[in-house]
Amino acid sequence: MLQQTGPAGKNPVREFLGGMRAIFPLIVAVLPIGLVFGAVSATKGLSALETTLMSALVFAGGSQFVAMDIWTHPASWIGVGFAALLVNIRHVLMGASIGTKMQCFSGIKRYIAMLFLADELWAMAEFRAGTTRLTPAWYAGIVTPFYLTWVGSSLAGALLGAFLGDPAVIGLDFAFPAVFIVLVMGFWKGRETGAVLAASGIAAVAVHHFVPGVWYIAAGALAGLAMALWRGRAREQAA
Amino acid sequence: MTLDPNTLLAILAMAAATIFTRISGLVLIRYVEINENRRTAIEAIPPAVLMAVIAPTAFATGWAETLACVATAVAASRLPMLASVVVGVATAALLRAAGL
Repeated sequence: MLQQTGPAGKNPVREFLGGMRAIFPLIVAVLPIGLVFGAVSATKGLSALETTLMSALVFAGGSQFVAMDIWTHPASWIGVGFAALLVNIRHVLMGASIGTKMQCFSGIKRYIAMLFLADELWAMAEFRAGTTRLTPAWYAGIVTPFYLTWVGSSLAGALLGAFLGDPAVIGLDFAFPAVFIVLVMGFWKGRETGAVLAASGIAAVAVHHFVPGVWYIAAGALAGLAMALWRGRAREQAA
Repeated sequence: MTLDPNTLLAILAMAAATIFTRISGLVLIRYVEINENRRTAIEAIPPAVLMAVIAPTAFATGWAETLACVATAVAASRLPMLASVVVGVATAALLRAAGL
């Protein structure tokens, strides 16, 4: 029999399963990306063990692909370490945002949860926090299958290597942008959001065009942030 | 199964950098007081970051990607997430196959 819970507390098992259901579309999306990552790393000379270790310990797809892009023999820890710092600097903003919505998390759980912060998981958690209370069990429900899929598919990709085709042919590489578009639509709160999106989009495209690397993500995020602050201040002065 | 020491060091450097970025946000909000203006800014972070990630795909990759983004956005206002993603992926695949 299911455990009785009051209106304030939620059943952790049900929360965990609810998280697993919510993350399902992203599991489907991350699987081919993990396979591709594993296959790419095999072409760069990484063993299956090394590939799996990287996916398990770093668990940040964007920076892992960038590392494969700039991989050398022997590996340069300064080069890939610094690249990972740049690519993942957006985590600081993401953590500052979701951190204010973790009232149900004890101190230590907050830090453990943050170790598994990834774009997709963060976006799902933000979305959840917008509609109901974000609980540790629900968060664990989205993290566990996603993490295991990422590590497992990297390993499978490393073992299968060149047998895999190009995911662009069947449009699977588009699964992530598609998920992010759905989530952006969910964050729409009127004209203020429109201004933030416009600033972020224009800055990201401009920087992507003129600056090599992944600076465009930081540039777009900061432009959107600046727009929100500027509009906020303008409203304050008008009032 | 081999484990090269240089590769291991590189993986650990990446992991350390990523742990640092993941923890920093939490440390930041612990020591910075949240007022009305900062709350507005924090609320703008999710759409700003997501838009920055998808903008090059949506506006500067090709017509197939741009139109697939539009199709996904329209679908998202009516359908659940998985269905919208399927619409987006199918549109991208079809338009690419059509040579767009």
